[in-house]
Amino acid sequence: MSGVTNLNRRSLLKVTGLMGGGFLIGQLGVSRALAEEALQDLVVTGELNAYIRVTSEGKITIYSANPEMGQGIKTALPMIIAEELGAAWEDVEVLQSPVDESTFGRQGAGGSTSIPRNFDAMREMGASAREMFIGAGSLVMEVPRDELDTADSRVVHTSGRYMTFGQLASLAAKQEMPDPGSLEFREREDYRIIGTSVSGVDNLSIATGLALFGIDTRVDDMLYAAYQKCPAIGGKVVSANLDEVKRLPGVVDAFLVEGNGKVEELLDGVAIVGTSTWAVFNAKRSLEVRWDESDASKDSWTKLVADARALEGTRGKTVTLEKGDVAGAFADPASRTFEAFYDYAFVTHLCMEPMNCTAHFRHGENGESDSLELWIPTQFPGRNISTASAMFDVDEANITAHQMRLGGSFGRRVYSEYVCEATAISRRVRAPVKLTWTREDDIHHDFFRVGGFQNVKAAVNGEGSLIGFEHHFIGMSHDGQPTMGSWFRKTEFPMENIDNAHATSTLMEIDTPCGPWRAPGSNVNAFVVQSFLNEVAVGAGRDYVEFLLEILGEPRWFEEGNIRSLNTGRAADVIKLAAEKGNWGKQMPGGSGQGFSFYFCHAAHVAELAEVRVTPDKQIIVDRVTVAIDVGPIINMSGALAQVEGSVIDGLSTMLGQKITMEAGRIEQSNFDDYPVLRMPQAPVVDVHFIQSEYEPTGLGEPALPPLAPAVGNAVYAAMGERVRSLPFSEAGFKG
Amino acid sequence: MIELTVNGQRHEVDVPAEMPLLWVLRDVLGLIGTKFGCGIAQCGACTVHLNGVPVRSCTLPVTGAAGAQVRTIEGLADGTRLHPLQQAWISDDVAQCGYCQSGQIMSAAALLERSPNPTDEEIDAAMAGNFCRCGTYNRIRKAIHTAASFKTADFVNAAEEVKA
Repeated sequence: MSGVTNLNRRSLLKVTGLMGGGFLIGQLGVSRALAEEALQDLVVTGELNAYIRVTSEGKITIYSANPEMGQGIKTALPMIIAEELGAAWEDVEVLQSPVDESTFGRQGAGGSTSIPRNFDAMREMGASAREMFIGAGSLVMEVPRDELDTADSRVVHTSGRYMTFGQLASLAAKQEMPDPGSLEFREREDYRIIGTSVSGVDNLSIATGLALFGIDTRVDDMLYAAYQKCPAIGGKVVSANLDEVKRLPGVVDAFLVEGNGKVEELLDGVAIVGTSTWAVFNAKRSLEVRWDESDASKDSWTKLVADARALEGTRGKTVTLEKGDVAGAFADPASRTFEAFYDYAFVTHLCMEPMNCTAHFRHGENGESDSLELWIPTQFPGRNISTASAMFDVDEANITAHQMRLGGSFGRRVYSEYVCEATAISRRVRAPVKLTWTREDDIHHDFFRVGGFQNVKAAVNGEGSLIGFEHHFIGMSHDGQPTMGSWFRKTEFPMENIDNAHATSTLMEIDTPCGPWRAPGSNVNAFVVQSFLNEVAVGAGRDYVEFLLEILGEPRWFEEGNIRSLNTGRAADVIKLAAEKGNWGKQMPGGSGQGFSFYFCHAAHVAELAEVRVTPDKQIIVDRVTVAIDVGPIINMSGALAQVEGSVIDGLSTMLGQKITMEAGRIEQSNFDDYPVLRMPQAPVVDVHFIQSEYEPTGLGEPALPPLAPAVGNAVYAAMGERVRSLPFSEAGFKG
Repeated sequence: MIELTVNGQRHEVDVPAEMPLLWVLRDVLGLIGTKFGCGIAQCGACTVHLNGVPVRSCTLPVTGAAGAQVRTIEGLADGTRLHPLQQAWISDDVAQCGYCQSGQIMSAAALLERSPNPTDEEIDAAMAGNFCRCGTYNRIRKAIHTAASFKTADFVNAAEEVKA
């Protein structure tokens, strides 16, 4: 951990409330009488630090500071605090914290980093409060601190005597905050909460339909809004039939909005404001807008495919890796060589909850400053605040943001455009406004998972061992820079593992917005590399699992001690475990097959084995997916299993038939009727095996998705001999 | 004025006849448990019961619900006593993001009313119209079996749960 992180953590331990007026009993060595007097305080709630409050009735409130989008951190992060604190989980109530990074530290979620970023900080919160309880217990029970520990929401003496957290809450809150550097964490073998299965803290609210999500926001005098942007992305608004729209039922106002040209902030559009969501959705259908499309996107998927196909079999001009003697490896008369061209389409996020934001812009009167209140489903609330502050000239101190539960995100809600749109509309109509996007808006104006193309070549020697790898990445760029997800790093497996490798890239300029989509880059690179290596293994007559283990070689790090680098020992372990648990190599009936894949990303080593049947009319039925994964110790077993199960099903849903295309800058898909999602009858059994290694714990929102598509593709090949080199598989005539 | 009975309560609403039931529930009556997902009856997030039958409220004009018994996720519990499905959804930790789950539960509740002990095939058929982008299908199937297996004594009092 860096010094900066430590500083941040230190500031987290500051208490805003009681400590200011409190007295430092432990330090002053006050008498028992004084301690007892403190216990009589009428303080109902002891605030141990920014994250933890305990009432005199023993109720423990733990704040969850980071956004919850289904990845489970609203449960997992408080579990870490509760473990170190020594709380009984049933005494814990979890609340979503306010957005306040000066109190809570960085409040964001992305890149499967919430667990690794927060594990130590949450342990410190819990351990610090534990030490304060022990300090209070030591005073009242008149025993040395080192004879006390906490468990089950009690301070327990080695003799078995105990006092409850409730009894000690008031006094504990007055203890000196320990120096973070002095804190010791519990040993793994002593964990009582971490590693168990805990049901999500919002499950009762979800199952009974209580308000949680951004779209559920209702505030007094709220109006409803819809926003129409140019179908060709980036078009400017010229005029619209506003008078006609304003006469429609329930419409309060309709007006043009001038944007700042930034797709992640505010694009031109037409706002419709009314008395219900339906009123504005209904009016939107009657809207006729004249757009100026001179600067709008002209992107064409057909043209991108044609341009990329022309590069098939070539090297790119930009060299990203050159090592060993690739030409020699390919030219050796003993070598066998393989070459293939892979492609993958754009896809959309399709969060079940469409983009929305509720904004209340309050115009300052009588010399007061303007202020803004926001209710946002977002992965990065702080970013929304700074963007809105700059755009609407409101001091950040005058912006209050409420972070709402996200109805899915998968990397979608990292930009601020729906926040800026809602704010612009609220400022204009001088009322709180809930902006809701239609599903069509949501698909047309996404930040897509970028499509792309890859030309891959490999050479094996006479023994069938991989000796050369050559790669041409054909991706997309915005203003000359690779779009989010358009990358093939020189650390991609197997380039670090072999002596002769050569990699180049070509970027094709586009205007279609691209953003992070569950394991950016990895979700397509895994498909290409693990499918192609399987082609090579099959062609060389090798068993794929043995071929992978041979490429990995001896157990070693690629960057000593860095868990975000490939560790061939961890990789081999998950490969062997998946092969064993999935019964790799067993006899399969006709028309069915097994497929295997391995991928490393997000500090996670993952192997997957798919069992697939293919019908004569090319329907793919995935019966079972076995997953072996090493992300270090598991925090919430139920949540961890859920992430892997969900990643497998999401990966399958996406690979089977999901595809976004664009022509003349317009996205051609609109809703669930032309963008298929996997349904329950198609869901495979997902059999998950964790290797809970001694390394630091890391996140699970993304890494189990990338290996799914190649595992299924390799199984389809095994079942019927057809190699699919396109995502989605519907491009090759398959269906789910 | 259109007369509606939702979760046993009568309401008179002054809305255009073609306004879908979904938006009457959410924006007029404040029953936000029923979700908007697609607006074209494809995703199932807006599922409610109309006289016990699961329907997609996003395309059903409010007049189509006049005079009928509408039941939403908010009306599924028996007072403070959770419906067995709600309890199973918690004990089996079904939800990830949770957005589609009220629609899933409403479809499952209609299934259990006509088939108290459904097979996997019956569950798959009844639930095929409800999408879950997070991929919780296997846990949904399991929780429906769990709910079917509950005896009355297993039910938890929702009010106590909330208090705890």
